[in-house]
Parts: sequence; structure tokens; C-alpha cells
Amino acid sequence: MRSVLANLLIIAGFVMGPLTIAAGLVWLERRLLAVWQDRYGPNRVGPFGLLQVLADTIKMLTKEDWVPPFADRWVFVLAPAIIIVTVLMSFAVVPIAPGLHVADLNVGLLFFLGMSSLGVFSIVLGGWSSSNKYALLGALRAAAQMLSYEVFMGLSLMGVVAIAGSFSLVDIVNAQRHLWFIIPQFPGFLLFLIAGSAEARRIPFDLPESESELVAGFHVEYSGMKFGMFFVGEYMGVTLISAMLTVLFLGGWHGPWLPPVVWFFLKTFFFICLFILARASFPRPRFDQLMEFGWKKVLPLALLNLIITGAIVVATGGQ
Amino acid sequence: MQAAITDALDELTARFGEAVLSIQPTADGIPTLWVSRDRVRDVLRYLKHDLPNPYRMLFDLTAIDERVRLHRAGQPASDFTVVYVLLSFDRNSYIRIKVPLQAEQASVPTITDLWPMANWYEREMWDMFGVNVEGHPYLRRILMPPTWVGHPLRKDHPARATEMQPFQMDEDLEESEQEALRFQPEEWGMKREREGADFLFLNVGPQHPGTHGVLRVVLQLDGEEIVDAVPDIGYHHRGKEKMGERQTWHTYIPYTDRVDYLSGVVNELAYLLSVEMLAGIELPARATVIRVMMSELYRITNHLVWFGTFAQDVGQLSPVFYTFNDRERAYAITEAICGARMHPNWFRIGGIMWDLPNGWDTLVRDFIAYLPPRLKEYEAAVMRNGIFKARTVGVGTYTLDDAIDWGVTGPNLRACGIDWDLRKKQPYSGYELFEFDIPTAQHGDCYDRAVVRVEEMRQSLRIIQQCVDNMPEGLHKSKHRLTTPPIKEPYTMHDIETLITHFLSVSWGPVLPPGEAMRPIEGSKGMYAYYLISDGNTESYRTRIRTPSFPHMQTLPLLTRGGMVADLLAVLGAMDFVLADVDR
Repeated sequence: MRSVLANLLIIAGFVMGPLTIAAGLVWLERRLLAVWQDRYGPNRVGPFGLLQVLADTIKMLTKEDWVPPFADRWVFVLAPAIIIVTVLMSFAVVPIAPGLHVADLNVGLLFFLGMSSLGVFSIVLGGWSSSNKYALLGALRAAAQMLSYEVFMGLSLMGVVAIAGSFSLVDIVNAQRHLWFIIPQFPGFLLFLIAGSAEARRIPFDLPESESELVAGFHVEYSGMKFGMFFVGEYMGVTLISAMLTVLFLGGWHGPWLPPVVWFFLKTFFFICLFILARASFPRPRFDQLMEFGWKKVLPLALLNLIITGAIVVATGGQ
Repeated sequence: MQAAITDALDELTARFGEAVLSIQPTADGIPTLWVSRDRVRDVLRYLKHDLPNPYRMLFDLTAIDERVRLHRAGQPASDFTVVYVLLSFDRNSYIRIKVPLQAEQASVPTITDLWPMANWYEREMWDMFGVNVEGHPYLRRILMPPTWVGHPLRKDHPARATEMQPFQMDEDLEESEQEALRFQPEEWGMKREREGADFLFLNVGPQHPGTHGVLRVVLQLDGEEIVDAVPDIGYHHRGKEKMGERQTWHTYIPYTDRVDYLSGVVNELAYLLSVEMLAGIELPARATVIRVMMSELYRITNHLVWFGTFAQDVGQLSPVFYTFNDRERAYAITEAICGARMHPNWFRIGGIMWDLPNGWDTLVRDFIAYLPPRLKEYEAAVMRNGIFKARTVGVGTYTLDDAIDWGVTGPNLRACGIDWDLRKKQPYSGYELFEFDIPTAQHGDCYDRAVVRVEEMRQSLRIIQQCVDNMPEGLHKSKHRLTTPPIKEPYTMHDIETLITHFLSVSWGPVLPPGEAMRPIEGSKGMYAYYLISDGNTESYRTRIRTPSFPHMQTLPLLTRGGMVADLLAVLGAMDFVLADVDR
């Protein structure tokens, strides 16, 4: 058993880590996008513009804490906190290296799915309490999109559960010692990647925000640090989905030569960059097209994947 | 062409007899008929429906305040004249119908049932001249604010703030102005509810990232479905036509740059061709070829901006950076040649400002080599992208008949399957000497509009290549007396007489002979035309700017009804408009 002190340190690390990474991602995304878009990006504050994040944070913290007079005050204030809390809670079950996790729940995967369902409330309540038509449309889109893709997300992971025989994320990583699940579960991987970016509201699934028509969608009335929380929440969401992709399909910390923690971070980093690349490349589908894609393509494929995986698991006797 | 015109004139006079009051000769050769107010609808209906090879498009509709005009010999007495310009594709010609009106009875019947596009034009005419339109379904101000007093293009309306009393807004005025802006769906022709369910009214703009400027669109929504979309324009109105009546023929050139501010010299060309027609100036070959080259370069910069922003409107973040980067390279050329980028102010009456600088051809050749591979990349990244296609194919469709009825021109018209391009059909400025194709597409949707524009960039490059390879030697300005500023040979700076002539033409500007002229050209967004009336003065008596974006914007409800909110952005993006070109 770990000492209480070690536990506290780990918990503190799991709270601070994602926040720090999310802040770093703001800079990384802007620089990477700039590279892919033939421009420089933020390069003035500090070396390589690294202190840009600090400057932005200071700006957001010192801005007037403004709540529109027509907004539903308490809901408006609480909404951004929900996303931070749910994402941070999800990180509790993510195993970074052997023994390096906050909790190894035997329902870890379900816990993650449950938390990401709760995260929807943040967006919906934020959009609704703003009393703004753009925010409302964004919130409606978010509700429909995230609830639908929630379903596919759960289904796409059931193949992994069936092979590993457990909902515990540590068990799932251990089950990939010899073969990463991306190979037997490639369709599941793709489906989770799609559903995951929909959950994280990343292009091409950023319809709740879609700045070209809804201006900023659900967070149009937010400013200062409350906007900052949505902002950081989105990047933590990206980090979380990347970490989950690593844990569930890329063998978590497993890898030759390098220490497990390094492997974990490298793999996660890879997915984060993939999400940013997607942002640099894709247009945004229309709302009805997105729903159609989800229910008519992703859902049947997810079910098919589950049935085939289940049949194989049963036929091979769970080996 | 001439035969076709006289044929139409004969038939009209034979059929309508004394309703045709007179035939007016004009500098542009467009047959101009004066028709009495009572028969004008019949004449227009006949021209549109019954005449063989009909005039299917209402090209322009405007008015003239004739009350202080001096040179009107042979024209029927008139305080206000309403001018209809029709275009026939089969005849490849225009016809101009004028209706004389007296001040006490300044009113014409509406023709919105003949051409739906007349709706906005008649509103504009009422707004600007106070000419009433009987039977118009929605006769309200369109460019001026609803509380405006007076009709700005009347000759007795002040053109400058200094001619008016100082403006003061007290509390009462502030309140009444704000009250006038209160949104009432009924005033916009919208219902509040359907079967007990309220509609959602979404106000898009005038400050909105997707409207490309100060455009306001009021959406009537059922969920995310657009029941109706009503554009509200006029936020970018700067009184360009009124300014034309104060600026000299020469000093008006920079104002034209700012009408379609993405197309630079193309505006100047449209204006100057009409001016030169009035003045009777023939250009040396070198000047025309330089004009063609620069116009095509600006057409490319316009299409590059359109391409990037269109992709951005459907959510693609990166292409706009690539295309703006390329546009920057094109601007490097215009900067070297004209000294300016967006608003070059470079063409002159009778030629161009300066001759080309040394080394211009290397710059242009580099650009011609640089752009095609980039275009290929964009086609792969944007035009062949599945999501992009899903957003644009079959979205915002009109048929060719609809497009013609609504006055759609340019690439938007060619996307409906007709190869109507004035550079080929009615060549101006020497376009007949160049080899190029007119790209067309068949479906008339947002995607096809994009297909046409992307291919047009390639064709423009072809034209520029031919300009570089065959640039003629010679003068860059005409030796005509009215060329402004005049070249020294042969008229000026020899003795005191010619010195004074030079001095006057530079300080006052040239005096153009009285007359009327309009020379439509194929601009980057559609057909541009400056209908100029000279009263034998240093400035125009009436400057009418026919821009393509105005009728294009009017098609917005037609294109978006029944679509989703996101379709609005695809339609706006594919339309390729600038608000300065809509409002003038």
C-alpha cells in the first residue's frame, strides 16, 4: 500500500497535471495550427511564445467578472465549473503507469462514460442560462450531438471490454501486454476516435460552437475566467480522450526501452496532435448530417463490431 | 447585332404607336426609347414575353432627376425619368426604356410581377428619388435608415454635411430613433407563430463573423430550419452615386475602386469605358493590354479571397491563410506596378497612370508559374473534400430561368449552365484578341458556383500569360484632348495657350460632351456597369452604378428557405458579394 502522503501527491498531480497540460495545449495548438497554415502563431512572449499562456491567463483573471443581467445568474456561474469537475474526475481512473493512478475502480470505464455524460450538462446549462438565442441554439446542438455520440462511444468500447474481460482500466492495459487492442479492435478504435472528438467538441464536431454561424455558440455570453474554464475544459477534454485512446487501444504504458510514463505521454501526445491536425484540415458538417452520420453509420458499425467481437470471444472461450 | 436592334425598334413602334414618344440617340448605341407611363408595363411585358428572341433580363432599373439638366434637346419634358435597361441573351443586346414623369405625379406602376428582381430596384428608386411605385408589395426604404427625411439622389438634397444644419440628437429623437429600430416580425413580412408554436427570430448581423461585413439578415426559424430569411442592407451605403455628381470625371476614379473593393481596377475599367465612350477616346494597344492584364490579376485576387472565406464559412480554417498568402503575392505585383494594393487608382481617362516599371514581366511570370500548383492543392483540400461537398452540393440551388429572372450574372449565372461572359460575348478593351475558355457548370448550387470560380482563376492566368508574351510597344495613354492628365505631346506645354489648356484640364478636370453612355463589363462578381450622363460639365450629371452583388443579395431568401442555419453561411459564402458592392 502507498503511504497517505504518496496518495495525496498523486491526487495533487492528477489535478494539476491535466490543468497544466491543457494550458500548454493552448500554446501548442496555436503554434501547430500556425505551422500548418503557413504563419508564425504566438512567438513574442517568452521563448517560442511559451509565456503566451501565462499572459492570457493573467488577462482572463484580471478581466471584469461579468454576468449579463438577463442571464440566470447561478446556473450561469456554475455551468463552466461542471466541465472542469467532470473531466478532472475522469482522470482519476486513468492509469498512467503501473501503480500510478488515483483509483483503480472495477467499473473504471463506466465511471469515465458516466462523467463524460455529466459533462454535457455544463454545455447545455451554460447555453440555456445565457438567455441568448445563439447560445441556446448551440446548447440544443450540444445536447443532441453529445447524447447521441455518448451512445456510440459506449458501444464502441464494449469490444475492448469483451476481450479484456474487465471494466477496470488497469486490467484493460494489462490485457494489452502482448497485443495492443488497436489491432483486434481497429473498427472500435476508429469509432471511439470519432465519438471521442464529438464528445470533446472538436472540428469536425464543433457544431455547438461553430463560430461561422453561431458566433461562439453556447459560450457566446461568457468572458473572463468563466470563459477560460470552458476553454481549459475543452483542452482537458482533448487530453482525456487522447489518454483514453492510449489506455484502451494503444496499450497504455506498454512499450519497449523507454520508461512506462514516457510511453504513455508520447502516445497521448500523438493523439493530441492528431486532433489539432484535424482542426487544421476539416470543414464542419451540417447538424442534420452529423446526426445522420451518427445514427445511420456509426451506430450500426458499433453494433456490428460488438456482435463480431462477442462471437469471437465466445468461440475462443474468452482466450 | 445592329439589324437585331432595328428589328426590335420597328416592331415596338409598329405595335405601340404613339406610346413610343421618341427615340433618343446615345453615345453607347443602346437603343433608347421614351415610352409613356401608362403603356410602359405593356411594352416591358411585350419585350420580355412576346417579342421573338426576348429581352429576358431586367439589367437595371433606376431614375434620373432631370430638373436642372441643360442638354435635353429632343427628349420629352420630364422632371424625373425612370430608366429600365433590358438585356437579351439571344440578341446579345440591350434596350433602354425611359419613362418621363412630372414632379407632381412622380409615380410608375410596379413590374415586380414581370421580374421579381425589380422589387429591390423599385424600393431603391423610391428611397433615392421619391418616385412612387404603384402596386409594389413592400415599398419601404432600403438603403437609407427608416427614419430618413428626403430622397438623397434628388438634386435638391444636400450632398455634404456642411450643406445641412448641424446635427443634434436630443433625448426625444434618440428615443424615437431607437423605437424605429424595434423588431416587429410583421413589418418584415413574417408571422410570429404557426399552429400555436412560436417561431424563433434570429438576428444575424450587422456585426457577425459570417456575413463578411455589415450585412443584417433576419431569420425566421422553426428549430434550425429556415422558414424565411430577410436581408437588411444599407449599412455600407456611402452615397457613391451622389458623390459622382460632385467629383470631376477624373477625381471620381478612386471612388470606383471602393465599390467592389476586392476587384480594384475592374471597377475603374467599368467606369472609364463609359467615360471614354462619352468622350470618344480610342486607346493605344499597349494601354488596353495593360488594362486587361491588371483586370485579370485583380479577378484572381478577388477569387482567392472568395475561395478562402468560402471554405472558412463552411468551417475549414486553413485555406483562408493559404489563399490570402497567394493574394499577397499578387499584391506584390500590383504594388510594384500601381504603387497600391487594394485601391490602386491607376487607370486614367484615356489610358493608365504610368507605363509598366522595369522588370514587371519577371514578377508576373513568377506568379503565373507559382499559382497553378497551389490551386491544385486547394482543389484537393477543399473541392474534393467529402464534408465540403456534403455542405455545398445541392444547397442553395436556382434554375437558369430563376437566375435570369432575378438578375443573376457572372460566375453565379454561369454555374446554371449558360456561357454568358461579356469578355467573349461583347468583347471590350481588346478581350477578343485573347484565347481563353468560359467555364460553366450545370446545377446552379453552391458547389457549382465554386467550380466555376476556381476554373476562372486558371483562365485568368492564361490571359495574363498572353499579355506578358505579347505586350505591345507604344504609348500608355491616348493622344486625345480629353485624356487626363494629358500627355505633353501634342497639345500641351508649348506656348501660353496650350499651357492654360493643360492647367484647366488638370485643375478643373476634363469637360465631357453632353450625352449618355453605359458600357457593361464582366467584373469578377458579375456584370458591372456605370450609366453616366454628362451635361457638358466637369462632373457627371448622374452616375448610376449597376453592381452584381445587389441583385445577388436579393436572391438570399430564395436560396435559403427550407435550409438549415448552417446553409445560410454556405449560400452567403458561395455568392461572392461584398457589402460595398451591394450598398454603394
